[in-house]
Amino acid sequence: MSDLFYSDISSLNQGLESKAFSAVELMQSVIDRTDAVEAKINAFVDRDAADALKQAQASDERRAKGESLGAFDGIPVGIKDILAVKGQSLRCASKMLDGYRSPYDATCITKLKEAGAVIWGRLNMDEFAMGSSTENSAFGVTANPWNLDYIPGGSSGGSAAAVSAGEAIVTLGTDTGGSIRQPAAFCGVVGMKPTYGLVSRYGLVAFASSLDQVGPLSRNVKDSALLLEAITGHDPLDSTSLNQPKVSYSSALDQPRKKMTLGVPKEFFQQGIDQEIKEAVEKAIDWYRSEGYAIEEISLPHSELCVPVYYIIATAEASSNLARFDGVRYSHRSKDAENILELFSKSRGEGFGEEVKRRIILGTYVLSSGYYDAYYLRAQKVRSLIRQDFEQAFAKVDAIITPTSPTPAFKLGEKNNDPLAMYLNDIYTISVNLAGLPALSLPVGMTQNNLPIGMQIIGKAFGESDILTVAHDFEINHEYKNMRPTI
Amino acid sequence: MKYEVVIGLEIHVQIKTKTKMFTAAPYQYGAEPNTLTDAVVLGLPGTLPVLNYEAIERCAKLGLMLGCEIAEVCKWDRKNYFYPDSPKNYQLTQNEQPLCIGGSVEIELPGSARNIEGEHRWVQLNRIHLEEDPGKLSHTAFDSLVDFNRAGVPLAEIVTEPDLHSSEEAVAFLNALRNLIIFAGISDCDMEKGQMRCDANVSLRLKGSDVLGTRTEMKNLNSISNVKSSIEYEIKRQAKILDAGESVIQETRRWDAAKNSSFSLRSKEEAHDYRYFPDPDLMPVSMDRNRVQALKDALPERPFDRQRRYQEKYSLPYTITSVLCADIELSDFFESALSLYDSPKAIANYIVNDLLRELSAHSEVGDSALSIKDTKMKAELIAELVEVVESGIISKQIAKEVFSEMFVSGESPKVIIEKKDLSQDNDDSAIESLCLEAIANNPKAVAQFKEGNAKAINALKGPIMKATKGKANPAALDALLQKLIQESE
Repeated sequence: MSDLFYSDISSLNQGLESKAFSAVELMQSVIDRTDAVEAKINAFVDRDAADALKQAQASDERRAKGESLGAFDGIPVGIKDILAVKGQSLRCASKMLDGYRSPYDATCITKLKEAGAVIWGRLNMDEFAMGSSTENSAFGVTANPWNLDYIPGGSSGGSAAAVSAGEAIVTLGTDTGGSIRQPAAFCGVVGMKPTYGLVSRYGLVAFASSLDQVGPLSRNVKDSALLLEAITGHDPLDSTSLNQPKVSYSSALDQPRKKMTLGVPKEFFQQGIDQEIKEAVEKAIDWYRSEGYAIEEISLPHSELCVPVYYIIATAEASSNLARFDGVRYSHRSKDAENILELFSKSRGEGFGEEVKRRIILGTYVLSSGYYDAYYLRAQKVRSLIRQDFEQAFAKVDAIITPTSPTPAFKLGEKNNDPLAMYLNDIYTISVNLAGLPALSLPVGMTQNNLPIGMQIIGKAFGESDILTVAHDFEINHEYKNMRPTI
Repeated sequence: MKYEVVIGLEIHVQIKTKTKMFTAAPYQYGAEPNTLTDAVVLGLPGTLPVLNYEAIERCAKLGLMLGCEIAEVCKWDRKNYFYPDSPKNYQLTQNEQPLCIGGSVEIELPGSARNIEGEHRWVQLNRIHLEEDPGKLSHTAFDSLVDFNRAGVPLAEIVTEPDLHSSEEAVAFLNALRNLIIFAGISDCDMEKGQMRCDANVSLRLKGSDVLGTRTEMKNLNSISNVKSSIEYEIKRQAKILDAGESVIQETRRWDAAKNSSFSLRSKEEAHDYRYFPDPDLMPVSMDRNRVQALKDALPERPFDRQRRYQEKYSLPYTITSVLCADIELSDFFESALSLYDSPKAIANYIVNDLLRELSAHSEVGDSALSIKDTKMKAELIAELVEVVESGIISKQIAKEVFSEMFVSGESPKVIIEKKDLSQDNDDSAIESLCLEAIANNPKAVAQFKEGNAKAINALKGPIMKATKGKANPAALDALLQKLIQESE
């Protein structure tokens, strides 16, 4: 029972059902593990063990009465500090929201609670999800469990590190430009960004509304599939939530399927890519080919425009979304404001970190009168071209394979003073958000430095089953899912 | 004056809906501060807006009422500015694509006298768009307080072309617009409650010039009289500047009703850059053309159309129709009564004279006049009253008494007549003997009448009416007296 914290959902379910252990024992195992490694990892910005045990206790009582709520009843799910949980702190790893507790549940949290999950802790992140290393947190950096001198990626660094280190069974992250997939790749876990509109954004503190999606992180493909199906569904509280028939992604994995056609975009393997990553992904592609998948070279010609387009659209939306943090109602209020203008400017100046301020200023600039057409409007046009690139590609292929990130995890502080180098780390993931498509990152190798390598599989809109199946096929034929870091 | 005045108005109207524009929180004027809010109204982290389709439909109805084109899609933009009454520090509005395009409002300019119909003309509108109302700030000596009850209430902003040329025209426009909106049931337009608010853009140019002069925008006009006096003030202020050979500065000014003057709020250079962009949280909604057509087909009659119908179909005079059609409650009441008893002139007269008199007599001093629905008056009562008068059961004189009685008690005229024994005395022999008595007692009046003074007969009628307590039918009495005088020769 000592390593329950590293088990997968299916075996935990069997154990809970057969009364081999209780939900309280499972939760206690996760709490003990967290207590043991957290001083080194710092994946959580807040956690309430007593509250988690109480939830686990309730789960055990349900099960005893034969009223189990299903596969998630009693499973601890870690939550990124950007998703609202009623009564819990909601700080987005920012001083700006210090002391703030959400009075309501995000829709994905409501769904998890309805499924009996134990809502576990608040996971570290880059402030307001802005960053690729979790170094932009007001509550300290999170370490990569594979090498504590390295960053875990970001912005969902806490979510990825917690799964990797056994501090949760699965976690929820959010992905605006790669914020689930890149940390998943860096920490050697599975992370998935669903199709835009598949998971409700209600209760997700908005960074860039047209790009943000909630998604799962887990140690294997099936757990991500299970977590995804638990949180999807139309939500009348989110106008961008789509009314799609509910899909059981986990059962799709076990069905025999035809070998699909996989596209490999040539632009993603050309320059700026780490040699070890390139080789690992090419090796994975070779494996697919050897298994009977058709491999086709494709072109996504507007890929090089993704980073500039993203940093215009995302910052424009962010500059407006973050305007509500003004010191008037619930956010940090400056103590030395003399008038209303100072209240706004000083509260925001004190409350926000450097990267958030940089993006708000950038977003304010691109929306300013006289610049709007040249930046925002043009970026929206290019965004349409990027979307078209994918549409054309998907006319020929079922899924697209790329590296998740051009490099493996980097050292703490290594890129912190070079925003542009940091932004370029998202070069393979950003286009997926701009096109609104689903994509996941799957561990496909290790560097010589013993750092995980992630491969990205991109699907058609609502092609979650396809990419999960492709990933699952690789996973069950390789050993990466059982790799554990030594902490 | 050597200048031509050019005025454009921007009117904000709160649309009456059960819930707010983007959430299920209700709205009611005058509730305890910050009780009509929820997580969305307060813009709490993670919340998202969801469209209230009722507000869109009502705004489209307003647009159709004012002859606008309805856009193919309803889209939303964010208007970004920091202000403590704005929970998100951006306002959801329609910048690029208003819901309603163009349109015009028929107005009536003041006539040469109160009882003479003025000239009608059409004022062109630029657009009507929807937006969310911000909260309301109030200031104390040490603090500023904000009430978010009003935040998120659907607001229609009606923008005219610079098509008005005097304060009187602006007032005529606002009255006509207000009446149209009330007739359409979109809003009660109570300016004191902030249901209708007005900003005025004023500029002057030399007569004959076709170039617009520099304009100023006057804010905070919360009554029609404020609109009038602020425009007049601004015309004088600008004329003085131009007369001195100087230039008007483009700026936003705030009207101070207490001081009857305005002051500069911010200059053009200090104007906000609102950084509009399409709201990514709300999807554009395409406006179903069948639904728009259905709304158009179900539009209520416009007030001036109704007035023309009353004048043409019922031959009612302007003095009556202008009163009836200025108030939908009176006008609808008239129509209800008319549907029960077909005598438009008599019914209209009772409403415009007796009913209005009773309503004002029963209103508290200082309060606005009572509304019919606050009283026991019903259309059936007026219809029945006219019927009993016209069928000769009571005289018009007695009818006034019956009216006052039924206004208070709500009892039907027939019940009141019965109870008070007011029906006209048509016992011919009794009346005839009273008449003969009167003729005998008033030889002088009889002589005058015979000499051709028709009015002299009234001297005979007085004592008879007194003896019958007014129940004699005046017309019958007149005829009888004349007949008896002729016979007495």
